[in-house]
Amino acid sequence: MYDFELVKPKSVDEAVSALAAEDAQPLGGGQTLIPTMKQRLAAPAVLVSTHDIDGMKGVSTDGGVMTVGGATTHGTVAKEAASAFPGLAGLAAKIGDPAVRNRGTIGGSLANNDPAACYPAALLAAGGTVVTNAREIAADDFFEGMFTTALEEGELITVVKFNIPEKSNYQKFEQPASRFPLVGVFVAKHSDEVRVGVTGASEDGVFRWTEAEQALSSNFSAEAISGLTVSADGMIGDLHGTPDYRAHLVKVMTGRAVSAAE
Amino acid sequence: MPKDHGIGASSKRREDVRFLTGKGRYTDDINIRGQAYVHFLRSDVAHGKINGLDTSAAESAPGVLRVFTGADFEGVGGLPCGWQVTDREGNPMQEPAHPVLAQGKVRHVGDPIAAVVAETYEQARDAAEQITVDIEELPAVMDMKAALKPDAPKVHEDLTSNLCYDWGFVEENREATNAAFEKAHHVTTLELVNQRLVANPMEPRVAIGDYAAHSDESTLYTTSQNPHVIRLLMGAFVLGIPEHKLRVVAPDVGGGFGSKIFHYAEEAFCTFAAKALKRPVKWVSSRSEAFLSDAQGRDHVTRIELALDAEGHFQALRTETYANMGAYLSTFSTSVPTWLHGTLMAGNYRTPLIYVNVKAVFTNTVPVDAYRGAGRPEATFQLERVIDKAAREMGIDPVELRRRNFVTEFPYATPVAVEYDTGDYNATLDRALEMADWDGFEARAAESAKKGLWRGRGINSYIEACGIAPSQLVGQLGARAGLYESATVRVNATGGLVVMTGSHSHGQGHETAFPQVIADMIGIDESQVEIVHGDTANTPMGMGTYGSRSIAVGGSAMVRAAEKVIAKAKKIAAHLMEAAPEDVELKDGQFSVAGTDKSIAWGDVTLAAYVPHNYPLDEIEPGLEETAFYDPSNFTYPAGAYVCEVEVDPETGKVRVDRFAAADDFGNVVNPMIVEGQVHGGLAQGIGQALLEGCTYDETGQLLSASYMDYAMPRADDLPSFQVDHSCQTPCTHNPLGVKGCGEAGAIGSPPALVNAVVDALQRGGKDVTHIDMPLSPARVWAAMQ
Amino acid sequence: MSKISMTVNGKPASGEAEGRTLLVEFLRGELGLTGTHVGCDTSQCGACVVHVNGEAVKACTMFAGEADGAEVTTIEGMANPDGSLNAIQQAFQDHHGLQCGFCTPGMVMSAAALLKDNPKPSEAEVRDYLEGNICRCTGYHNIVKAIMAASGQDVTAIAAE
Repeated sequence: MYDFELVKPKSVDEAVSALAAEDAQPLGGGQTLIPTMKQRLAAPAVLVSTHDIDGMKGVSTDGGVMTVGGATTHGTVAKEAASAFPGLAGLAAKIGDPAVRNRGTIGGSLANNDPAACYPAALLAAGGTVVTNAREIAADDFFEGMFTTALEEGELITVVKFNIPEKSNYQKFEQPASRFPLVGVFVAKHSDEVRVGVTGASEDGVFRWTEAEQALSSNFSAEAISGLTVSADGMIGDLHGTPDYRAHLVKVMTGRAVSAAE
Repeated sequence: MPKDHGIGASSKRREDVRFLTGKGRYTDDINIRGQAYVHFLRSDVAHGKINGLDTSAAESAPGVLRVFTGADFEGVGGLPCGWQVTDREGNPMQEPAHPVLAQGKVRHVGDPIAAVVAETYEQARDAAEQITVDIEELPAVMDMKAALKPDAPKVHEDLTSNLCYDWGFVEENREATNAAFEKAHHVTTLELVNQRLVANPMEPRVAIGDYAAHSDESTLYTTSQNPHVIRLLMGAFVLGIPEHKLRVVAPDVGGGFGSKIFHYAEEAFCTFAAKALKRPVKWVSSRSEAFLSDAQGRDHVTRIELALDAEGHFQALRTETYANMGAYLSTFSTSVPTWLHGTLMAGNYRTPLIYVNVKAVFTNTVPVDAYRGAGRPEATFQLERVIDKAAREMGIDPVELRRRNFVTEFPYATPVAVEYDTGDYNATLDRALEMADWDGFEARAAESAKKGLWRGRGINSYIEACGIAPSQLVGQLGARAGLYESATVRVNATGGLVVMTGSHSHGQGHETAFPQVIADMIGIDESQVEIVHGDTANTPMGMGTYGSRSIAVGGSAMVRAAEKVIAKAKKIAAHLMEAAPEDVELKDGQFSVAGTDKSIAWGDVTLAAYVPHNYPLDEIEPGLEETAFYDPSNFTYPAGAYVCEVEVDPETGKVRVDRFAAADDFGNVVNPMIVEGQVHGGLAQGIGQALLEGCTYDETGQLLSASYMDYAMPRADDLPSFQVDHSCQTPCTHNPLGVKGCGEAGAIGSPPALVNAVVDALQRGGKDVTHIDMPLSPARVWAAMQ
Repeated sequence: MSKISMTVNGKPASGEAEGRTLLVEFLRGELGLTGTHVGCDTSQCGACVVHVNGEAVKACTMFAGEADGAEVTTIEGMANPDGSLNAIQQAFQDHHGLQCGFCTPGMVMSAAALLKDNPKPSEAEVRDYLEGNICRCTGYHNIVKAIMAASGQDVTAIAAE
């Protein structure tokens, strides 16, 4: 890979100043970025590690909102979110593998917005806010298509806030090789609405399946969506599955997530 | 009682201690003072003409020692093919040149164009980005049948077409076979693909070239299954270095599965460059690079037809196969779809007439060669799939149909040129059905149904030809090599032994299993025997490890050498005990004279051999060291039966392997623990092929499955625990240990059992599905159900 | 280049690293600890798993600089103080949990991390935990068996013969 300067700030302020350098980029756990750099597909001049910023770590719950520090690892979320938000903990517990979960961070995952990442489905379905060093961005405004988000250059996700649903569940149907979701569906039943976040499936990245949300809002059961169909238009087609197959799986996984929601 | 030492004991592996403590010495662990690093600039197009190549900027980049291109290899030999196949008319195959670095043209994505040698790896890679290549892209030849059309672009301009050979076997049986089909009561036809796979040993390939100016000797450290073969091929055919000036070392090797048999361009390059630069030159493949440069496996497209009479007796079998060679002929590529495939088409069955046609085709893809099983999995898959289909069509139970056609008397000469020496196919089938609780299936199917899942079961009965190979026979068939094996047994003065074997261990546990045999023969402790392998400087010329040949051929060579040692030791003992040599017996490390109480210890005799004070010097020489070369008189024929039970999720198409039972007949078994481990690994690769793995190119020749992100390697949670058994033993009749070999069985026998099970599940679920091509990914199974 | 220091297998260790130097490159190249292997470049195979501050990580997907000041344990640090195999290593030998040995260091390090968190894992839990460790030789059967045996569980029930 190309060489770069590694910076390890201890505070958000230090990190933000370091990110002001030309071609600087935040480094979360690096579990996606480092393999990309090995292929020489990314060439940052400065990498700003968030690992040593204690203020960006940890999980806390307050009044129906779960706050997760941007540098919190998947492994930590899997443990610490388990009682208050089992749907999120269950999602985190199945990202990558144990060693990846010990490094990979929620901020890194959301900022990268890989079309097959897991966390974006949870953020969309739970609803909530992405907090950066500069501002707060509502979940529905954050994702702007594959690998694209509302984040500006040099902006750092410091905290992610989730509205804790009454019931939720994430169902991941794994792509057999990478184990990323071929289709992943996060269903969240809130007191006033049901939200369904779908990842892995669409060429536009993570999206909400609004027809299912409507159907489930009046009847939160797998039968409620039995009459719906998902269009294959705009679905990803690759050697692991056609657009038709992915569209089919969206419905199957949604039904399973509804049945498993707790 | 299980044995605790010697042949038949599950001795713990002595090599494990170094591997478990991080002390293994793999090729990448070797660093030679002053070594430079090479990075290969590889083609990113599948087919193209190199109109220009400008390396000047790279030459002057930081740390660069030299940039090599095809021009540097003009006059240097190309990579040779080790097996000449002749076509149906008796003409030799078309054999294109295979340069070390591209000469004017690139023929697959990954074809090396230039090599940058620099002080560090990153400098070499940085500099390679500064090479300008002007490539005129040509249409990629991807589909084998399209490649044979008269107007198809040619992979090699100097050949008449993209056809390597059109092979018929047995050509004399062709008409009779066709006639039998005319008369048949029933004909079952199946078209299938045996998909391309990537071997993927966990250790990527590495090569280090070193050159000693003072002795004009070159040394290559390489990740090889057969260092002597590499020395011969590279020295004699590529670089023109005599064997006595060339040493090839293959130290600890992290798996091979066939892909480390072959002589590769990178090996020749590093050896060549080290001499040119007077610096050691190291190459370490990344996994991504391995996907573009390791020879790949399988890739057959086949139409098979089976003719049966009204009772289901097989009358005739004929096949037409298109076999992908890739862009060049890898070392043993040509033998795989022919002699390692056609000769196994009889399977375990009495089929009187068989005709196999194979068209080997050049395409703009990575070369294809042997991968675990090599030709035999392809044969078994076709046969066991078509038999299952025939059973369904004729309404005969698939177990019964197989039994009805089993070969039961031995020796049995097949119509495809091999003679099975021994076997008991009913015994392994019985054992497999018992282990899998075949009769309890319906209850389990009902349980699955409660969960909304469809359960299915499949069987397979396989045979393979191993113990490769009788040299004279394979010579007649086109092999350009002998396929014996060698061993030197060196007894030291104090009684310990060193066995220098031409076999190579890269996971098979030779360091443990081979001493078990010798220790038994002499009656000493296994710890007194050391195995040396993997270095041409201290082992006799040997052919290496592949084709489940190590114990059957390498082990036999060791036995022969040990027999010579023992015969000489008996003469020494006879002298010391003042007895006739023919009266001397060796047991438990003691020589004794029959009918007397005279005895003398092994160690006293070995000491006498090296301190010949009281010694028959007028009859025999001092010392105790013997070498043997063992050339087998026949192949060995491991066989067995496998049962697979699956659950299919009808909503998603996902297949879960619930149970897998494998009953194998390997003849005698030296170390049951190691044998079972070999079967486990083979099953995982076979199940991997059936369920997960597939090497896929797009129509322009770009590899889509180019990393573990897209090439699905079997992981722990993809597989069940296995039930394996090797208690049905019909010992090989023609080698001294009665062994058959066990390395490939699992990979050969498991794919058809699994596919048969999935088809069974879908049919039980009411779907009219008779075949799905591998891998049976959820997407494919779901699509088949629609 | 900058100087990096860490505690490796209980002993202070330091060496030179660029920003891009991976932890595995530092361990193998700078410290000569070649027991940690590299089997892929997409963070999937797990041959490079080591422990950093007590947690299993993939040393090929972490920069050496990120481990500056950390406690690192590699396969070379796993044996008992007297040099004998520890319980996990011994179980791998006893149950033939390795063949070519290349993935083995990563398997042992992952197994150690698993058993620290879950001292008596079920077979399914072991298989699930090994998702990030690929073995091409063993079919995992004997690896799973070895890890369960190392946890003190009876493994005769795991199908073998």
